[in-house]
Amino acid sequence: MREIVKGLWDEHPIFRQLLGMCPTLAVTTSAINGLSMGLAVVFVLFFSSLVVSVMKKIVPHQVRIAIYTVIIATFVTIVDIFLKANFPQISRALGPYVPLIIVNCIILGRCEAFASKHSIGKSLRDALGMGIGFSWGLFLLGAIREIFGARTLLGIQILPQNYDRLIVMILPAGAFLVLGFLVAIMNQIEAKAKK
Amino acid sequence: MKELLLIFISTVLINNLVLSYFLGICPFLGVSGRIESAFGMGMAVIFVMTLATSISWLIYHLILLPFGLFFLEYVVFILVIASLVQIVEMFIRKFSPALYQSLGIYLPLITTNCAILGVALFMVARNYKFLESVVFGFAAGLGFWLVLLIMAGIREELEYVEVPKVFKGASLTLITAGLLALIFMGFSGLISA
Repeated sequence: MREIVKGLWDEHPIFRQLLGMCPTLAVTTSAINGLSMGLAVVFVLFFSSLVVSVMKKIVPHQVRIAIYTVIIATFVTIVDIFLKANFPQISRALGPYVPLIIVNCIILGRCEAFASKHSIGKSLRDALGMGIGFSWGLFLLGAIREIFGARTLLGIQILPQNYDRLIVMILPAGAFLVLGFLVAIMNQIEAKAKK
Repeated sequence: MKELLLIFISTVLINNLVLSYFLGICPFLGVSGRIESAFGMGMAVIFVMTLATSISWLIYHLILLPFGLFFLEYVVFILVIASLVQIVEMFIRKFSPALYQSLGIYLPLITTNCAILGVALFMVARNYKFLESVVFGFAAGLGFWLVLLIMAGIREELEYVEVPKVFKGASLTLITAGLLALIFMGFSGLISA
């Protein structure tokens, strides 16, 4: 159980470890984009962790990073082709950031730091926890940017029409600013909890 | 010639890799603490990125496309980048120990720098010709170097400033990057459509 829970808060990949920043900032212009990216990462992370954990005894130490990368790239190609065939709209919105999951440091980081050293069961739980943690982080960031930038959440209008849209929210600069403040808020919550 | 110049300027300033495509954010946040290390990392990225983009173009257009193997694109590109970094590292160590001293430790980090793979993918998506790809790769590296250096300069100064405790560290760096992105938006007027 501990393996799953730690990824949700204590070692949260976005707010605590600041890993996987490119997709975090790039695709979160809306909540649905953030969530789809999160789910794609869950899939890749889960199966890469599985394969890495199964193969941990036979992978030579010197070339392990290259092997992990090829494993990850294989699963990313599967996700990419799947999205293109079944969800062309999402695939277009995420664009080059789907193939860029290959170099997402969360996945390589978990493979290297956890899956290559632990049993299969533990690695899978760790991958699930980190993946779900990553997904809710992306969803939150996407939701905030979508609400203030487009007055909607998941495509449903929730702010009144006469409310001025904050265009900066859906621009690149807004991504940095919102994430910066979210990290600060998380720090504040953590500091309060310690007291 | 005009097109090449256009690609160059828009890649360095307007569509900056870090500030508008969010590529290479990890090293951008990680190595921007000191100016010297930012300079070294930036140089290594310019070098590898120019090479990687050119070689990826050749492989994509001369091998993958003619044989219909484009579904192998991602696997091949990441292998090219990883092995290129290895070769460059060995080459520099052998021929220029001084350069190795300054760039060496940053080279392995570059394999996982999403900017390199990102530029290779953009190059394919935008159907650049060979020369355009070389310019694009170099300009993208230069843009990364520039922003990394600016960021390092700001962060060195920020160390002496008292900020609220919760904003210390990553949070402040991200907000600074946000302001920097706003400033760089001003460059978008440089080229009119």
